[in-house]
Amino acid sequence: MSNQIERFEDPGLPEHIHRNADADPLAEKRAEKQVAILFLLSALGTVLTIASYIFMKSDQYVYFPVMGSTNVQQLFIGLGLTLATLCIGLGAIQWAKKLMPDQEVIAERHEFRSEEVDREELVATFHDRAGQAGIGRRPLIKRTLGLAVGLVGLSPLVLLRDTGPLPGKFFETTNWAAGTRLVLDPAGTPIKPEDLEVGAVAQVLPELPAGTPRTLENIGKDAVLLIRLRPEDFNLDPERLSWTYQGIIAFSKICTHMGCAVALYEQQTHHLLCPCHQSTFDVTRAAKVIFGPAARPLPQLALMVNADGYLTAKQPFSVPVGPSFWERNSANG
Amino acid sequence: MKKSQKIGGSVANYVDERTGAAKWVKKNLNKVFPDHWSFMLGEICLYSFIILLLSGTFLTFWFDPSQRDVVYNGAYAPLSGVSMSAAYASTLHISFDVRGGLLMRQIHHWAALIFMVAIVVHLFRVFFTGAFRKPREFNWLIGIGLLTFGIVEGFLGYSLPDDLLSGTGIRIAEAILQAIPVVGSYLAFFAFGGPFPGTAFIPRIYMVHILLLPGLFLALITIHLMLVWYQKHTQYPGPGRTEKNVVGYPLMPVYMAKAGGFFFIVFGVTAFLGAVASINPIWLYGPYTPGQISAGSQPDWYMGWLDGLVRMSPPLETHAFGHTISWNILLPGLILPGILFTGMALYPFIESWISGDKREHHLLDRPRNAPNRTALGAMSIAFMIISLANGGNDVIATHFHLTINGIMWFTRFGLFIVPPIVFLITKRICLSLQRADRDLVLHGRETGRLVMMPNGEMIEVHEQISDAKKWTLTQHQSADALPAPLPESAKLGIKGKLRARMNQANAVQVPAATVTEFKELGEGHH
Ligand code: HEM
Ligand code: FES
Repeated sequence: MSNQIERFEDPGLPEHIHRNADADPLAEKRAEKQVAILFLLSALGTVLTIASYIFMKSDQYVYFPVMGSTNVQQLFIGLGLTLATLCIGLGAIQWAKKLMPDQEVIAERHEFRSEEVDREELVATFHDRAGQAGIGRRPLIKRTLGLAVGLVGLSPLVLLRDTGPLPGKFFETTNWAAGTRLVLDPAGTPIKPEDLEVGAVAQVLPELPAGTPRTLENIGKDAVLLIRLRPEDFNLDPERLSWTYQGIIAFSKICTHMGCAVALYEQQTHHLLCPCHQSTFDVTRAAKVIFGPAARPLPQLALMVNADGYLTAKQPFSVPVGPSFWERNSANG
Repeated sequence: MKKSQKIGGSVANYVDERTGAAKWVKKNLNKVFPDHWSFMLGEICLYSFIILLLSGTFLTFWFDPSQRDVVYNGAYAPLSGVSMSAAYASTLHISFDVRGGLLMRQIHHWAALIFMVAIVVHLFRVFFTGAFRKPREFNWLIGIGLLTFGIVEGFLGYSLPDDLLSGTGIRIAEAILQAIPVVGSYLAFFAFGGPFPGTAFIPRIYMVHILLLPGLFLALITIHLMLVWYQKHTQYPGPGRTEKNVVGYPLMPVYMAKAGGFFFIVFGVTAFLGAVASINPIWLYGPYTPGQISAGSQPDWYMGWLDGLVRMSPPLETHAFGHTISWNILLPGLILPGILFTGMALYPFIESWISGDKREHHLLDRPRNAPNRTALGAMSIAFMIISLANGGNDVIATHFHLTINGIMWFTRFGLFIVPPIVFLITKRICLSLQRADRDLVLHGRETGRLVMMPNGEMIEVHEQISDAKKWTLTQHQSADALPAPLPESAKLGIKGKLRARMNQANAVQVPAATVTEFKELGEGHH
């Protein structure tokens, strides 16, 4: 090309500018002192930590704005540790910046690619050695080795089988059966319709046979919310209406999304809200999902009152409660 | 010779006679490390990891990883007599009965947050400056691994205390397992040793949290640093800095002092946060029970974007042939993150495939000089922020008097609309910054001084910039750095055409100023 474009050129590393402390012995002394003071402060910090550990009371709380009520001993142990570590750091950096040589140096880089001869030699050697093993010539060995290595990884997987039992029907069942009484959580007392005013909410669990412990695993499936509305607020089909009792309606408390407890009830709107991902269920319409990621309504528990006047389940849940799983047949909700 | 020197000398002699280390050490004391604030981000990751090891080990001395039922009777009166898991009780014990225990818990948690922030910001630094390019692709992959395992490790960590909040997180994790088609219920039962919550989960994740993953981190971090050491650090462009050299401070004493000092500063800052800033006050939440929940349940921030995606997911489930598939869980919880992380891991290879650039790179890009990459990065940040915002939609709603409904619809659409817009805007900004660089080189800096020309016209005096600056602003297009764009030919298949198209888009650059132009302009002025 005749009119070659001329580009800017690298002027090279700029000249080194000396610092104060390099030329001026006074500035140097001053920097030295600063570093020493920082290291001394660090030592002081350690003393503070140890002293707070030994001499302070561990149950003393003081209120500080923003921080709130604070345990004084923990605070001072922490502040001591802060001082002790921070000052070592600041001292070292100050030392490096003010007193150590600050002239940048240059090192060469080399390409990582090996020399052509080395690469060729490697390939040749590799083929030669592979030939010695004869892996290419002995397909029987190659294939059986492949099989063996492929299979050997299976045993640890199989051995993991005993990490837990099989789920069986666990996800499909709860402890609610026809005639199970509702008992308040955590008091454990059965309840009558009159115990619940309009607008009130209660968390209940199924009454268990005497001697059966109440496990968290069961609560995770059994928890039910009782809500009392005015009967005219309902907007239910006749079957679902027959599952309520004098305005009292019961839903599984376990979110059909990912299993959090659906705990927030808004009285004015009759909405149940799950705080995890804000799925919102309309109580008047059989807990239909009106907002959020949940795909199914909360299962409704059919209620009745037994001969003694206690609230009781009319039948088990008609569908599995809680989040979805592969085996769940969701044809009926 | 002083006595200390004598001892040092004989120790060194002893070691060298057995290992021959002297030569290697001698060479590496002169190892050169370039200096830039953004190179400290990786150091913060390393230091906070060390702090996590130290504080975590302290916690293990008292923490009891068991879901066995106990009745609490420690120093925290409001929970006295309450039945809870041993894990929760021992965390209360650490917080209220062990001197400095609460401090260590808080240091551990703050260090975890700093660790994750530093990893993410470090990753962005590496991305925006093109530090992942050949020969550093391995370290990019290791970094993505550390990020992924870091998220898991953090989640397992705050699941350990077994308070109401962390139990809720575990419950959600169980639902994700359960949602996996075909094998979900089995996986959930195997992971939890039976029904949720059971008594097996916390002991198991404890082992993973304190042994398996820290061991993996240690291995990955070691390889990461060995590669940095061996490949030498990248450097920012500037006078005297080339692809063939590395300019900086020698390992001993300057880099050692700075890096060592910086470790203590990170430790100090973390200790300060642990001392004054309460984090995860588990005693306020109470023990976990599946029937209860605390309002405003929020995961740590590095899980928040996932939570946000889950929250905005449409309520989709497939019900067919007696089976249920929860798209509302699988899509935001597994499929989308899977795609994002795979794409992120493969990015260096995708970029070099598009550009056809197979050369080694040791000089970093200024982000503006790689407009597409920078725009892609900005777009990902926008995506993250939008999903994170929806993860805190309840908090945002109450703070700013918005409706959760409004936020959700905004983020649902925003997730698809905002990032492309951010891409376009960022690309524009990059190109106009390139133009500004070009003007600066050709016309110099505005001084704000006005002079009157003989013909009465007022003009502003421009001051030429230094040769060093001129080089810094033009070096990216020095003659040997211009790959020719790929032609879009009819013979290429779909993949080839796509590549050519992206390659051309990638090649759009404002030409850097040249001396030729500079001289021509100068002549024009005279
Ligand atoms: C990158 C690494 C790590 C991360 C991100 C991490 C994160 C966490 C988090 C967020 C917690 C909850 C703390 C709380 O608020 O109570 C935690 C708890 C815990 N971690 Fe780690 N950790 C890491 C490494 C380690 C290591 C190496 C150990 C031990 C050798 C450890 C031991 C513990 C213990 C015993 C607890 C439970 C005690 C408690 O919660 O008070 N961690 N971890
Ligand atoms: S668990 Fe209830 S909305 Fe997600």
